[in-house]
Amino acid sequence: MQLGEKAGLRPAKPMRDIFGDALLELCRQNPKIVVLDGDLSNTTKTLAVRHEFPERFFNIGLAESNMVSIGAGLADCGLIPFITSMSSFLLCNAYDQLRLNIAISGVNAKVVGSHGGITLGKDGPTAMAIEDLALVGGLPTFAIVVPCDPTSMHKAVQAITEYPGPVYLRSSRVAMPYVYTEDDCPFEIGVANLVRQGTDLTIIGCGIMVPAALDAAAMLAQEGIQARVLDMHTLRPMDTEAITAAARETGAIVTAEEHLLHGGMGSNIARIVAAAHPVPMRFVGLADTYTDSGDPQDLLIKYGLTAEDIGQAAREAFAAKR
Amino acid sequence: MPAELTQTVDLKALKEKARSLRLDVLDMTTKAASGHPSSSFSSVEILTALYFGGVLRYRGDDPHWPERDRFILSKGHAAPALYAVLADAGYFDREELWGLRQVNRLAEGHPIQDKLPGIEATSGSLGKGISVGLGHVLGGRLNNSNYRVYVLLGDGECEEGQIWESALAAAHYKADNLTAIVDYNKYQETGPISREMALEPFVQKWRSFGWHAEEVDGHDIGAIIEKLKAVQRIMGQPSVIIAHTVKGKGVSFVEADYTFHGRSLTPEQAEKAREEILCS
Repeated sequence: MQLGEKAGLRPAKPMRDIFGDALLELCRQNPKIVVLDGDLSNTTKTLAVRHEFPERFFNIGLAESNMVSIGAGLADCGLIPFITSMSSFLLCNAYDQLRLNIAISGVNAKVVGSHGGITLGKDGPTAMAIEDLALVGGLPTFAIVVPCDPTSMHKAVQAITEYPGPVYLRSSRVAMPYVYTEDDCPFEIGVANLVRQGTDLTIIGCGIMVPAALDAAAMLAQEGIQARVLDMHTLRPMDTEAITAAARETGAIVTAEEHLLHGGMGSNIARIVAAAHPVPMRFVGLADTYTDSGDPQDLLIKYGLTAEDIGQAAREAFAAKR
Repeated sequence: MPAELTQTVDLKALKEKARSLRLDVLDMTTKAASGHPSSSFSSVEILTALYFGGVLRYRGDDPHWPERDRFILSKGHAAPALYAVLADAGYFDREELWGLRQVNRLAEGHPIQDKLPGIEATSGSLGKGISVGLGHVLGGRLNNSNYRVYVLLGDGECEEGQIWESALAAAHYKADNLTAIVDYNKYQETGPISREMALEPFVQKWRSFGWHAEEVDGHDIGAIIEKLKAVQRIMGQPSVIIAHTVKGKGVSFVEADYTFHGRSLTPEQAEKAREEILCS
């Protein structure tokens, strides 16, 4: 069964294509945007910018550290650099540069990591980013944005451009179905979106786990459990208010992310819930392990990141309320 | 403070300036009881030539003047020397110097971008200056500006891989308005460079990366100014000036002991150092 099918969501193009389209559109509107590439423009989908705006596109080559520091220098010139590569290479290879030249310096640079999570699939664990959100979480001035569908990816690219300061945006190789239509997608950095009403518990997801959460909520509804679903598209600044309201109003929370549980979205939500309004919680994410190479769908099943896994966690959290 | 320094160079006055900057470094690090005095001492003449020898175009009262030349201290541990220079150049009050490394003050242990006016880039984790400088070069091209970019590197810093990534890229982008200066004082934290991680043949390495490379006595202010001006005429490639310096320059017992790298002088040693600097 297709992701989002149970919830009746329309299928779409891969997220990286959506990102590439949104970036090109933005480059046409805003002459201050420049794009830096680590020789992966065909795979991160920034290639169209290279063709249309060659003077604003810099292939720095296979040198992520150099690319990030150069991006910081461009930002100091009043330009808005989009520093792009695969998440794992950017975050792991250039962490020192992200910290020193962007985070500590507080410069207005946008870091876009594509191929987030395990759904890049067949290239295997060396190319996967299962720790990117934890790593960027260690850079306190960075906003962290993880869109869950084509519409919100489009709006996210616009929103991070307007946001003053460092931002990390996670893009993915995988296709995510439409959670939103153009008209019903508010996108404000730091404000979670309520994508399904419910009173029995709340599922909080980011990225691909939002459509999976909607599938799970459709299954749970058949069992008489009404799950609220929140799209936590911004991990920092985190929407404390929406999380606290979810705890208070629904009494149980499940978090779902395509990332290590250690240091990801769920652990940060737990910190907020524990302090504000403790309720039973369950966590769907990657345990302390690296995955196999494989078809994305097979990997999601093997490592417990499906709608079924969310549904099971929801039943447990709901039962623990009593 | 004149907006742009274009007056003829008075070498005697510049030597006097270097002496007073060296004393500032001594006083700052001694008061902080911490810092890198010897790495700062070796950079003093280079910074004097840049800021007071008519090389850098800047406005102390307008730190973000778009047409300013950029100076990036990549060897961030020489921060005390940079702070002393910036205070003298009118960027901020000298009072800030005495807050070095103190809580609730602005003169951080290593430079933080814009924390004090005139600090162009954060540094302290090494290897990043040429990259950031190249960003300023590429941004300047898009903005139709024609400033120059100067980056001061340490010698031990050139062991960092990013230096050579950025050297490759600066040559690729024909960044002829970018000048790197290496404060080649021959020592890294734990000992002589030649023993710990040899850099030689150093000049040839830069040339093979496509850079125009020159060598100079890094304590001869006149010679440094001359080289800095000469490389402005080099077209189509970035330039590096290897400045041969003495770690701890100006204080005999610091020159003789590389372990002063990350430690300040005791008040007693500082008194002796002051006398030597004043007599030099």
